[in-house]
Amino acid sequence: MKVIGLGNEFRHDDAAGLIAARRLREQGVAAEEHEGDLATLMDRWSGIDGLILIDATSSGAAPGTLRSLNVSTSPLPRELFKSSTHALGLADAVELSRTLGTLPARVFVFGVEARDLTAGIGLSPEVERALPVLVEEVLSCTKHP
Amino acid sequence: MTDMSGAREEQGRQAAAENNASPIGRSHQEKTIKVDYLARVEGEGAMIVRIKNGQVADVKLKIFEPPRFFEAFLRGRSYLETPDITARICGICPIAYQMSAVHAIEDALGVKVPDSIRGLRRLVYCGEWIESHALHVFMLHAPDFLGYPDAIRMAKDHPKLVQQGLELKKLGNEIISLLGGRAIHPINVRVGGFYRTPTRQELAPLCDRLKRGRDACRDVVRWTRTLPIRDYSRDYEFVALRHSSEYPMNEGHIVSNRGMDTTAQEYETYFEEEQVPHSNALHSVIKGRGAYLTGPLARYNLNFDRLPASVQEAASSVGLGGTCLNPFESIIVRSLEMLYGFEEAIRLIEAYEPPEAPFVACEPRRATGYGVTEAPRGTLYHRYSLDEKGIIQDARIVPPTSQNQKMIENDLREYVAPRVEMPSEQLRAECEQVIRNYDPCISCATHFLKLEVVREP
Repeated sequence: MKVIGLGNEFRHDDAAGLIAARRLREQGVAAEEHEGDLATLMDRWSGIDGLILIDATSSGAAPGTLRSLNVSTSPLPRELFKSSTHALGLADAVELSRTLGTLPARVFVFGVEARDLTAGIGLSPEVERALPVLVEEVLSCTKHP
Repeated sequence: MTDMSGAREEQGRQAAAENNASPIGRSHQEKTIKVDYLARVEGEGAMIVRIKNGQVADVKLKIFEPPRFFEAFLRGRSYLETPDITARICGICPIAYQMSAVHAIEDALGVKVPDSIRGLRRLVYCGEWIESHALHVFMLHAPDFLGYPDAIRMAKDHPKLVQQGLELKKLGNEIISLLGGRAIHPINVRVGGFYRTPTRQELAPLCDRLKRGRDACRDVVRWTRTLPIRDYSRDYEFVALRHSSEYPMNEGHIVSNRGMDTTAQEYETYFEEEQVPHSNALHSVIKGRGAYLTGPLARYNLNFDRLPASVQEAASSVGLGGTCLNPFESIIVRSLEMLYGFEEAIRLIEAYEPPEAPFVACEPRRATGYGVTEAPRGTLYHRYSLDEKGIIQDARIVPPTSQNQKMIENDLREYVAPRVEMPSEQLRAECEQVIRNYDPCISCATHFLKLEVVREP
């Protein structure tokens, strides 16, 4: 299983995916970090079988809400990621990859609902509290997908 | 949400809430065409066209992405930080910001870089043109012509086309990664040159892949001609750089097809920015004349004679001469500029001799410097005033989308006027296409009036 944490270091809770990847590395999982352009993200999962993506969500749920979705066969809902202002969002990258036949056979998306996506560094308390649980869930998924 | 360019904030929600009535409102005499969130553009914007008694009453391109204050937080920072800070303005065109920044600072400090560094700057800019144009041509613009709501659904029927777009885009990213240190928000550009310059051996393997990209791009140009492009033309004032021998990227005079010929230093004598209540982006105009167009169409019309014969031939093979006044044909022009990006990158790599030092050392001094370069979307102006230690006292950045915003509204007005009777859904889709002709980067364009107040001593 390849693990990729997504986000923007300088947008508060948007960094959650990146920080989760760092904590996973401390626990021996070779998690990668990806910032910026999601069109290049697809290149990172070419030729692998299993994929875990971690990102902050912005769906209107309570901050810190955790989600795990198996998107191996069903689409990733775009409504979870309302705040990407890029032309291509995470859901677009996953679905485009599925259409092009380059999506790994097993894909799991772990999300944590953000509170603060303004410019700046540091996670909100709700997201910080949720992160250890998220990291545990991802760890368990890498062992028993 | 891997996003640098401005997350949604309360302001965006409010702006959306204002428009949350049904997207198409109609009374017996009044019709409103609305798009609450423009799709397939960078950043967050909306469009409103009001038609009253068969006339276009009002057109607004609303930019409600939150203001970003980059010019304000540049103040107090070192001149050496400008390329790294301004690269963060845009995830799609960071090189453009870095290039305008270093040229402006070097103008202030009286620094001149050797040809090899000049060549590397052009090379990294080629990378950005390729990746930005590939993204727009294939993923954002092509669905308009082929009748799909987005590239994902287009990919179901045209997988090879989308795959090809992604591969060309990746080649652009590879150039940026190699010279910039990484593809997103590159870090290797500095005032006076680069932190580290590549060896010939590092660049050589890229050349074969770029040659394959160039060949593929020739087919792309021919493919753009097969698209159903409507017959349409506008009488624009085009503004672009013009260089004595090259198709413009980093250097040149600022010229227009209505007689303007000036320099970055004189930019603010000719252009001014206006605040409009409906947008967080300032509208840039030519003083006393109004709207103008910058970007691929302007560069092409003003610099066709600077393109190499191979690109001119590719243009004439699809029936395009040195003049193109149809904004819907900008997809052809972008593909030609992408082809030029490949040709020029290959030429630069083959001619490359590493510089003796990766950068020219500079001494800070109290001065003001100006820089204009050609971002994928058009001219990008930077001005910095430095104190004797090189600390920024004042900064001004005018991105291409601010410059085009007024012309986008003019285009919408002109386009809608003879089509007021068109079914609303169709008109809405066509209006969106009018906007996408510009490949607007709304994130880059965001400014805020209060910034001007903050600036007062």
